[in-house]
Amino acid sequence: MENSKTVMDAEGIDRSLTRIAYEILEKNKGGEELALIGIRSRGVFLARRLKDKLAAIEKREIPLGILDITLYRDDLQSSHPKPVLGKTEIPFSIDGQKVVLVDDVLFTGRTIRAAMDALIDFGRPKMIQLAVLIDRGHRELPIRADFVGKSLPSSLWEAINVHLVEKDGSDNVTVEIK
Amino acid sequence: METPLNVRKLDRKDILGIKELSVEEINLILETADSFVEVSTREIKKVPTLRGKTIINLFYEASTRTRTSFEIAGKRLSADTVNISASTSSVVKGETLIDTARNLESMNPDIIVIRHSAAGAPQMLARILRQSIINAGDGAHEHPTQALLDMMTIKSRKGGIAGLKVAIIGDIAHSRVARSNIHGLTKMGARVFIAGPPTMIPYDIEKMGVTVHTRIEEAIRDADVVMALRIQTEREKQCIFPSLREYAQHFSLNKRNISLARKDVMIMHPGPVNRGVEISPDLADCANSVILDQVTNGVAVRMALLYLLAGGSNT
Repeated sequence: MENSKTVMDAEGIDRSLTRIAYEILEKNKGGEELALIGIRSRGVFLARRLKDKLAAIEKREIPLGILDITLYRDDLQSSHPKPVLGKTEIPFSIDGQKVVLVDDVLFTGRTIRAAMDALIDFGRPKMIQLAVLIDRGHRELPIRADFVGKSLPSSLWEAINVHLVEKDGSDNVTVEIK
Repeated sequence: METPLNVRKLDRKDILGIKELSVEEINLILETADSFVEVSTREIKKVPTLRGKTIINLFYEASTRTRTSFEIAGKRLSADTVNISASTSSVVKGETLIDTARNLESMNPDIIVIRHSAAGAPQMLARILRQSIINAGDGAHEHPTQALLDMMTIKSRKGGIAGLKVAIIGDIAHSRVARSNIHGLTKMGARVFIAGPPTMIPYDIEKMGVTVHTRIEEAIRDADVVMALRIQTEREKQCIFPSLREYAQHFSLNKRNISLARKDVMIMHPGPVNRGVEISPDLADCANSVILDQVTNGVAVRMALLYLLAGGSNT
């Protein structure tokens, strides 16, 4: 596709996730009290991959939850397409845990705000950190990621597409002119 | 595993009956309700989805379960819910339904839930009001949210609805629950068998795709699901059946006749239960009874409907 440029391939994604896994352990001085929460839908796949990497490094299973933020969005009436509802599955207590939220792209920050609102309804985590594969800028809220795979300053006329094997059949990140 | 849905949002203003819902729409509602079950199990059972929306529960007939269920559903979605019952409203001063509705409309609610003893009352409101109308039971016509929660309960226990044998026992003629369930279950591919005293079986009911029996044993045999309907005791005076005792002798679910059904039969009842009339007390409380699951699922189904009518969707 001539309007589309690949900025990250499968190897790049894997390398970034490996680095993020080490950064998470370094920042948190190991995996104790750590929990990963993937934001539907691609954040869940990334969180699963991070969980495997953390387990391989730390020799410890880090609990993994799935968060659907649809019910916390502030744009039920105005969004196009309409927000899509999925299931939230957090089968452990997040009280006192250092929760790492995982998502594919950090853009306006509204998804992360909704995710934090949702998490706080589930309990009182000791700390919430944010890991994203791509930070594309254009924040509308004062939110910053703790762990970033790749910073990708982009114009609003560009679309950042994260493709993952689990959902899209291949791993890559493309920038597309809308 | 996530089920792919053919429709992702509800392109209709009102929920008036199961008859007009497509299989895709029913699936959408059931899948969406499934996502809402989790909200009710949290410590903080509230999400901000419908913040700023107003829902009016307009109940012209007595109801505990349905009205409370709608109220809890609205509150769990952070909507403002207002309950109006006819006995405490201007209806007692002689105001017509249309006038009451137009006055309520002027207060700009977003959704009006109505229960009325007259069949067609929700349809009339839907025609004249711009708000979404949900039918919470109209006369002997339809009770769509009850049928949806029944289908949700069956689906969650049995894994699906298609191919199941469902027996509905009791006063079919006066039951909006039976009518909505027959529409819904046959659409979803279940085989529906009904049984009750001949005075409680409507003429030409076979046209709805059901098999009619006058003996409970014939309907129950090998059933996957048995649904007992509430006997409206006030009808005893209308000579539709000789006595509650005689009804119970012939049509009450009990250990003896339920043994004809499949071992893993689901026992359902829309409530309120007249113990010893429609169902023996031991069966109402046995492991196969899902009567309380129905109530729990009712909140999730109503949350799903409020969410979908307010513009939400599912995948």
